[in-house]
Amino acid sequence: MASHSVAQTEIELPAAMLELPTSVADWSIVFPVVIALMAGALLAMVRHSRGSQVGFSVLAVVAIIVIEIDLFFRVLENGPVAMTMGNWLPPFGISFVADVMSVGFALAAAVVTLVVLIYFQAEIVPRESRHGFYPLVMLLLAGVTGAFMTGDLFNLYVWFEVMLISSFGLLIIGGKKIQLDGAIKYGFLNFLATTFFLVGLGYLYGLIGTLNMADIVLIAPAAEPAAMTAIAAIFFLAFAMKAAAFPVNAWLPASYHTPDAAVSALFAGLLTKVGAYVLLRILVALLPEQRDVFDPLITAIAILTLIIAPLGAIAQTNLRRALGFFVIGGIGAILAGIAAPSVLGVAGATFYVFHAMLTMSAFYLVAGLVERVTQATDTRQMGGVYASNSLISIMFLILVFAAAGLPPFLGFWPKLLLTEAALQDADWWLAAAILINSILTTIAGTRLWAHIFWRNGREGKKSELSNDRLRELKAPEKTFALGASVALVLVIVVIGLRPNLIFDSSRVAASDLLQTENYIEAVGLELPTQANPTTGAPQ
Amino acid sequence: MIEFYMAPLIGVFFTVAVYLILSRAVIQMLLGITILGNGVNLLIFTLGRITREVPPIVPQGLKQPLQDIANPLPQALILTAIVIGFALFTFLLILGYRAYQELDADDTNNMRLAEPTGKTKPPLSY
Repeated sequence: MASHSVAQTEIELPAAMLELPTSVADWSIVFPVVIALMAGALLAMVRHSRGSQVGFSVLAVVAIIVIEIDLFFRVLENGPVAMTMGNWLPPFGISFVADVMSVGFALAAAVVTLVVLIYFQAEIVPRESRHGFYPLVMLLLAGVTGAFMTGDLFNLYVWFEVMLISSFGLLIIGGKKIQLDGAIKYGFLNFLATTFFLVGLGYLYGLIGTLNMADIVLIAPAAEPAAMTAIAAIFFLAFAMKAAAFPVNAWLPASYHTPDAAVSALFAGLLTKVGAYVLLRILVALLPEQRDVFDPLITAIAILTLIIAPLGAIAQTNLRRALGFFVIGGIGAILAGIAAPSVLGVAGATFYVFHAMLTMSAFYLVAGLVERVTQATDTRQMGGVYASNSLISIMFLILVFAAAGLPPFLGFWPKLLLTEAALQDADWWLAAAILINSILTTIAGTRLWAHIFWRNGREGKKSELSNDRLRELKAPEKTFALGASVALVLVIVVIGLRPNLIFDSSRVAASDLLQTENYIEAVGLELPTQANPTTGAPQ
Repeated sequence: MIEFYMAPLIGVFFTVAVYLILSRAVIQMLLGITILGNGVNLLIFTLGRITREVPPIVPQGLKQPLQDIANPLPQALILTAIVIGFALFTFLLILGYRAYQELDADDTNNMRLAEPTGKTKPPLSY
């Protein structure tokens, strides 16, 4: 997508097209996105038949998971692979690049989507199945996967918009008043964030004349540093908003608790993590010199997000709104990895994104179960669930410990890496903030647990009497909602006890992100030692 | 030279947009978002360097154009951004209208279903 100089009439232009056909192995990089998009179109066509919608969507997501597992191990063994659209040579064509980080995140996103689709079978009101839940979920998955895989910044903008428009749709399915209210705030602030991203893109293109990520890595060091710093600042603002870092997080607790629990879970797992991933990619890999300029700011925002988010969770009475603040706290931990960008720190951030995708989705799914059992959304109206349904209470407690980062659960390992990285970087406040975040999250989570499960009845004078509003789960809810939640929690527990594979892949992902040679070579651009960059500003 | 005139014009677009978005009325925020989108499109257009009346066409038989041409890429970027921006604007417009009908509020201060204000305290036991 670069505009190489066209003015020099003397030089022979290099060939711009690939002659060889793309191999099937390379095609598999785009298959996940293609399958998700085609499934979305197909599901929109069969929207009147609920059975085929469920069947096709589960089939498509399983196919995506299988392809991504294969791709993940291939990439883990041999390094990044890339494919450039339409046989154009990079940087002219739009590249899709699969490295350990992008495929790993895309895989986690697809797993979360599968669990949510199964969970949704307990949730659905028949009228709503025609209103496009399944196509929108597939398009959301396409947008998320595309954002992880793309190697081109403008293409990233397009995937962001695909994500945004499908999340709008999902947010207002059902059309309750509270959803309209949440959607207004979510819609405006997210649209604003993507517009900021577009402003940054415009400046970047005007300055260095390319938007291909590998090409930016090569050209950015030669560009004017002051202007590049301004561009990095705009990107930081845009994606911090997308990721819901502390001062610009207002849209998340305003909207995530308004739709169905399944949709909340999907959002919690997928959306903010894409913002965090792009922050990692842009600040650590593409513009490392500009990241160094902003290091104190990133550290400060990470510390503030880590500490203020769990305090917000303590203050909430609405269960899923409190969970929204846990999601924000996780973003603080990821920013801590960007503030201390050694291999350890970036590996910790990578691991944390993976952990947060699974854990936060599971948290919202279990919260949905709690809301079903207690028939309330406010924790003051809840109570006595432990006696009536101990399985839900055990899952909730496991997730509290995983989110807080207590061993031996999943959240402990990334926080271990991040704390070590912060100590090595001599960011004492950052290390302290990560630990304080764990304590505060434990307090907030166990308070929720005590209120919902431990005490007998509701708040007030009746809290010693048993809660009369509790109901049993119905049969489909037991099979689908409870089953899907148990499966996801089991995955979290098993990975927490055997984290070696994720540890190793996070380290590979981090070193690939910090040493960009493999990435650039995979895209097919020449490395700076041999290259004599002739690319300049567009004419 | 025209860039010198475009830059303040874009500045005016951004100023007006920021003013409107900071308003509490949904309809004004919508107008602000649209104007901001147009300002960004102008920005990309200007940053792509403005060249007059030279179409980006390579003569037959040659591998590159004879002179400096207008860069077609920013125009492609803007076209994409216009389409996407228009779709999102339409959605937000209808959403705002639905919210006006259902919540009877155009002022975001009165939209308090998702974020209740008032005397709610955090859970006090334990």
